[in-house]
Amino acid sequence: MVEKWIKRFYAFLLYLFLYAPIIVLIVYSFNSSKSRGKWEGFTLKWYVELFKDRQIMEALYYTVLVAFLASIIATIIGTLAAIGIHDAGPVKKKLLLNLNYLPVLNPDIVTGVALMSLYIFVGKQMGLVTMLLSHITFNVPYVVLSVLPKLKQLNKHLAEAAMDLGATPFYAFRKVVLPEIMPGIVSGALIAFTMSIDDFVISFFTTGSGVQNLSIKIFSMARRGLNPKINALSTLMFLTVLILLLIINRKSSLEIKGKDDVA
Amino acid sequence: MKKNIVSFPYLIWMIIFTVFPLLLVLFFSFTEGNVQKISELRFTLDNFKRFMQPNYINVLGRSAALALVSTIICLILGYPMAMILANMEEKKRKFLVLLFIVPMWMNFLLRTYAWMTLLGKQGLINRFLEFLGLPTLNLLYNNGAVILGMVYNFLPFMVLPIYTVLSKIDKSIIEAAEDLGSNRVTVFRKIIFPLSIPGVVSGITMVFMPAVSTFVISRLLGGNRYMLIGNLIEQQFLTVYDWHFGSAISIIMMIMILIAMAFMEKFDKDKEGGRIW
Repeated sequence: MVEKWIKRFYAFLLYLFLYAPIIVLIVYSFNSSKSRGKWEGFTLKWYVELFKDRQIMEALYYTVLVAFLASIIATIIGTLAAIGIHDAGPVKKKLLLNLNYLPVLNPDIVTGVALMSLYIFVGKQMGLVTMLLSHITFNVPYVVLSVLPKLKQLNKHLAEAAMDLGATPFYAFRKVVLPEIMPGIVSGALIAFTMSIDDFVISFFTTGSGVQNLSIKIFSMARRGLNPKINALSTLMFLTVLILLLIINRKSSLEIKGKDDVA
Repeated sequence: MKKNIVSFPYLIWMIIFTVFPLLLVLFFSFTEGNVQKISELRFTLDNFKRFMQPNYINVLGRSAALALVSTIICLILGYPMAMILANMEEKKRKFLVLLFIVPMWMNFLLRTYAWMTLLGKQGLINRFLEFLGLPTLNLLYNNGAVILGMVYNFLPFMVLPIYTVLSKIDKSIIEAAEDLGSNRVTVFRKIIFPLSIPGVVSGITMVFMPAVSTFVISRLLGGNRYMLIGNLIEQQFLTVYDWHFGSAISIIMMIMILIAMAFMEKFDKDKEGGRIW
């Protein structure tokens, strides 16, 4: 009995440690006092100021634009790559998979610095395009890793059967293979999108003058000290993440349910 | 035939944007001169020699020390938590694990910024001390704040792989040991812990690596006084524009990480670590 309470207490303390800073940020985003620690009444003025701040809104626009484009392009490249890797011979497969782990295992700062070196070397002016290219680069491996397991589960005779019945390879792919691996593609795209929204280090090294995403903007604001607008922004971003995560979780639990029904 | 072509764009992409840039960093680290004029670059070892000066070596040492301390704290805090999660009943478990992941999905900078709010001179903790009539403390801009930031940001990376491995352990092995008369300490020492080593290994790697290479946590919570190797790289690339020296530092950091990983691999002979990706 005592042990059970110790366990609960310990878990409670760790969750408190994880959530306390976030809760404090959220509470203070409604505090009308600019100085910390003192509560001087409820206000929404930081949210109003947040939406009035042109630089932040521009950063939000770039963040979403880059995440959207990068996740779409990465999903296409990654899905095709997964199909190729799945059908490749053992040696080539191992090579491609190791290649795939390279950006995943490399520290972000090394990936960022390496990409920056590439752009400097070829004399490419850094900006939106280089940031987009870099985001695609770190997103692709995650798409590959989420599509591959679905391909492994796939019965390869299904596509052959379709072709025996007169389907062209492309038609068989579109009608038989694609629907089966779709859940992997969708979760790959979602992972890519969130990774892209969240990225700071690689964007920081590969962007140029004038183009900032939200993370870079937050960094430059936080470096100058505390700013209540960041609290308002945190609250909104936390809610967005929470909603996204609930959707993903619900989707995957529905999938598991679906499988149980079949079995 | 067709199947080989579909992974072609990927292969080209990876060569241009992953392999080539890394080789370029390696190349820059061994040369000096104008990086945009390849014919003017000369081979040199000066970049590495320069790093051997005491002030740079100190930065390397401090980065390794802070990352190591954070990793150990994460392990001590995280292992019991992983055990608690793994022994929970199915229904609660899924929810609590999700609850553990949620903060990890929030923007990394905001999570670090949150601690600035709590630890600052005007921060909540100092206000609370004032309220109690106690003197305020200098909580921000020191090594402690950096370690706290690392532990806070990377703790889930330690808990999740250990949890994954622990929840896969066959309960009948533990029951068998208990039937044969082992007490709980022996069961833990002889069965649970050895079986969880792959998770511990990937947990340690996944905490140590981002901790040793960070420049954000040290910048926001450590201030300008405490430089880590990540800050040094950032400074060389973005402020000093000495890409050759920056590349050399990057290579040294990568070697350090590789050594650490190789050292950890030794403990994980079966290579079944429960990485979360």
